[in-house]
Amino acid sequence: MTKEEVIEKINEFLVDEFEVDPDSISAEADLKETLDLDSLDYVDLVVVIESNFGFKVKGEDFIEIKTFQNFYDYVEAKVAEKVTN
Amino acid sequence: MERRVVITGMGIHSCLGTSLDEVRDSLYKGKSGIGLDPIRTEMGFRSALTGIVQRPVLKGLLKRRERVGLAEEGEYAYMATVEALENAKMDMDFLMKNEVGILYGNDSSARAVTESTDIIREKKDTSLIGSGYIFQSMNSTITMNLSTIFKLRGINMTVSAACASGSHALGLGYMYIKNGLQDAIICGGGQEVNHHSMGSFDGLSAFSINMEDPTKAVRPFDRDRDGLVPGGGGATVILEDYESAVKRGAPILAELVSYGFSSNGDHISNPNVEGPSRSLERALKQAGLQAKDIDYVNAHATSTPVGDTNEARAIDAILGANKPYVSSTKSMTGHEMWMAGASEIVYSMLMMQNNFIAPNINFENPDEASAKLNIASKTIETNIDIFLSNSFGFGGTNSSLIVKKL
Repeated sequence: MTKEEVIEKINEFLVDEFEVDPDSISAEADLKETLDLDSLDYVDLVVVIESNFGFKVKGEDFIEIKTFQNFYDYVEAKVAEKVTN
Repeated sequence: MERRVVITGMGIHSCLGTSLDEVRDSLYKGKSGIGLDPIRTEMGFRSALTGIVQRPVLKGLLKRRERVGLAEEGEYAYMATVEALENAKMDMDFLMKNEVGILYGNDSSARAVTESTDIIREKKDTSLIGSGYIFQSMNSTITMNLSTIFKLRGINMTVSAACASGSHALGLGYMYIKNGLQDAIICGGGQEVNHHSMGSFDGLSAFSINMEDPTKAVRPFDRDRDGLVPGGGGATVILEDYESAVKRGAPILAELVSYGFSSNGDHISNPNVEGPSRSLERALKQAGLQAKDIDYVNAHATSTPVGDTNEARAIDAILGANKPYVSSTKSMTGHEMWMAGASEIVYSMLMMQNNFIAPNINFENPDEASAKLNIASKTIETNIDIFLSNSFGFGGTNSSLIVKKL
């Protein structure tokens, strides 16, 4: 999966499932603020990442993810890791 | 001092329609909402018969966080409550400034339980279930979701009493208001329609297998009845203190004048005559009414051989003197179970407001017990001043509500 494909897929489920306004998505925007995430939403984010990318996010990993770019990079690295393994 | 309790709003989402107007027309025409669910045949059910209820589309109406915890029956209850609040002239501003409660009947939420357990079995990891199922899977799913969505701050509780849940919810709402503990309560009943919720009931051979013409399957009081057909949806009735309703200029639709109840103290699934008779007697006594005052009885009659016979005997024994009109709207809706006690108040209210009695369709030949009743087999144009609605459930729980025109 290319970097662009990862980004496209993430943006797609954020818009479809998390009802994020597509115009508010930008690499540097704050993920938590833009998605208006509470603790329950993180539970759903874990599920949606698992079903779309086949790996499970650990709760503590979210601490380092601040912006959309951080999120794309994190998922991309995990997907690459999975392919290598 | 005891207060008077009035109905100031209603809403309905059932197999007879998704608005009060649609449902009124279906009732008047004697239109059945029963059909077949192919999944049930595939899953080895004895009966594929069910009420066919339109699933509402809530995307756009509710935010994601408000939707994810809402089970099927909660969606129906939400739609019914939106309609009821609108009719009662209660907007969000009113709900946030006044202490409004919620008492809703519900006694299962099987799909969420089944699906979340399936995920655990497959993934062996509970963190992959997601956040919604816990709020969907509890019996109190409707009240916990609607109280959050509508920002309710009064009594907040689900009533689980099998097929009398909705009726007891209204009865308890009546008690809270009558005793001055609350001014307004959103009451009602919700019922899921999915096959997950009905498999174990189907296993008791309690359902009709008259599948050739689904609209003929439910035949309460008819000699040839062979079982009930499950249905469902959501029904909401706004109960309010009379004085408060007058003060805020609310539409006052009718007065709930009594709540009779009893328990059979008998078999878990076989109803008897004595228990329902006591519920009827208590309802009459509490309202200070006599049998002759009741114009119409909306019977519980589900179309089971024993249940209908015993109810017919109880109605005849307590209310028989003046032969009030009797009909079971379940002939059209199927058995709306946890919702039935609330929906049947809405159906009867629509009849009272529009001067007709909805037919007990498929009543072609009486049996010995039903022959003693004045069953409306066709739509009857008549005035209703006072009606009584019965609901009975497993464990022998009984509830009878009496509503009076104002």
